[in-house]
Amino acid sequence: MWTWFYKLASPPHVYALAGTLAPWFLGLAALTIGYGVIDGLAFAPPDYQQGDAFRIIYVHAPAAWMSTFVYTIMAVAGAIALIWRIKMGHIVAAACAPIGTSFTVLALVTGSLWGKPMWGTYWAWDPRLTSELILLFLYFGTMSLRGGFEDAAQGDRAAALLAVVGVVNVPIIHYSVVWWNSLHQGATVAKLGKPAMDPSMLWPLLSNLLGFMLFFGAVLCIRLRGEILNRERQATWVRRVVSL
Amino acid sequence: MISGEFWAMGGYARYVWPCFVLAFVVLAWNLWSAHRYHAAARLRARRAVTVAVSEEL
Amino acid sequence: MSVGAWEAFWLIVRRELRISFRRPAELLQPLMFFLIVTTLFPLGLNLQLALLRDMAPGVLWVAALLSSLLSLDALFKSDADDGTLEQLALCGQPLSVIVTAKTFAHWLVTGVALVLVAPLVAMALNIPGFAFATMMLSLGMGTLTLSWLGAIGAGLTVGLRRGNVLLSLIVLPLAIPLLIFGAAATDRAIAQIDATGALYFLAALCVLTCTLAPFAAGAALRITLE
Repeated sequence: MWTWFYKLASPPHVYALAGTLAPWFLGLAALTIGYGVIDGLAFAPPDYQQGDAFRIIYVHAPAAWMSTFVYTIMAVAGAIALIWRIKMGHIVAAACAPIGTSFTVLALVTGSLWGKPMWGTYWAWDPRLTSELILLFLYFGTMSLRGGFEDAAQGDRAAALLAVVGVVNVPIIHYSVVWWNSLHQGATVAKLGKPAMDPSMLWPLLSNLLGFMLFFGAVLCIRLRGEILNRERQATWVRRVVSL
Repeated sequence: MISGEFWAMGGYARYVWPCFVLAFVVLAWNLWSAHRYHAAARLRARRAVTVAVSEEL
Repeated sequence: MSVGAWEAFWLIVRRELRISFRRPAELLQPLMFFLIVTTLFPLGLNLQLALLRDMAPGVLWVAALLSSLLSLDALFKSDADDGTLEQLALCGQPLSVIVTAKTFAHWLVTGVALVLVAPLVAMALNIPGFAFATMMLSLGMGTLTLSWLGAIGAGLTVGLRRGNVLLSLIVLPLAIPLLIFGAAATDRAIAQIDATGALYFLAALCVLTCTLAPFAAGAALRITLE
């Protein structure tokens, strides 16, 4: 019953699976993000406090969410690779890093552009912003560490350890607005209870959140294929795949 | 076409539009970069396979 | 003859201290760096005494961070170079014990020394005397946490060519919360507001790293030595 799960540790299987899934993820992502952006920009009513500037949330919040989500995936994949020595974990972690970095940069820049009209400043040394910046440094650290070793396997393991050590930053990012008097607003969509946002504003946000996740799935699949081919070049199954 | 009011974004246009443009750029970069990575890997793999096959013969 | 973990711990601590004191000049280097960096700020910024006092906690902490980083590179390097590290890893004692011993010894000669020198520097930065106790306590806990973060980073980078640059890249992001709360504690002490909140937070960070970092640093060494 669990064979589908165990097969995920096999590079040739994942290579084929990623190839099939990527276009589906991409198509669904295009639909959900397309709807989210159009509805969010054109049809959602302006906020009574922030006016039309609040629309930045439709790219800022999904980007920020993805930056921590991808880091967590990277850390979990690294942990699986370190503990159970499943090399697919290292492959996933290596593929996640650049994607997560780009989302972090997007979150920081869109946040900064939103902060200027709302708080009067492009940057503040506030807990959430600071810990998001630390996340960016951690992403760079893992990528530098992975590339700094002559033995690629050692580099993988070192990067995985750093990712696991740094994952403590992720709950700090999420709960910083709860634990401290932060400049940054609190959670818009709590897990239980009614969200604080009007449905006409909420739907495009949820759609974009889902869309970014699907998009990440698509890009991860493509990167995974590249990563697998780079590492498994000498394997015999690659011959069949590459000569097509 | 779309009214000037839409583009003005209530006066916040110079903050809102760069954000959306940047978001598009980041998403596009991700796709392009991943595709390029895969294509380069496929090329390298093809070369390695050719070498391996010719060595076996 | 088999040695218990506790005895091994003290053996390694004594060994580290003996080696460190063989070259006293090397011990003074991070301290000198600390003194120089803290004097650079007031010289470069040409501030009045009152403004200097406002900046002082931050300057003190950044200088402490940077001078600790200098000495962290050497935590495992000389042992890795002459093969002692591998011998220690093979000797049968748990790696976490060995790493704890080395890190503790390192903290004794760098962190504690820094805390003892801090009042001198504080006077130069015009920090009032009543804030010294909080400042030294925060620096003490902060440098211990930093030694541990550095042990993890040093374990990961000891074999690399440009390891010390990568070490800073790894340790500094993790040390940012430390910097924030350490500076905040000293800041509040100067303003004569209650600093216990920040001190408790520093203590929490310290306890967290002291309990978890030995395993992370041990794992890092295992990765490097394989």
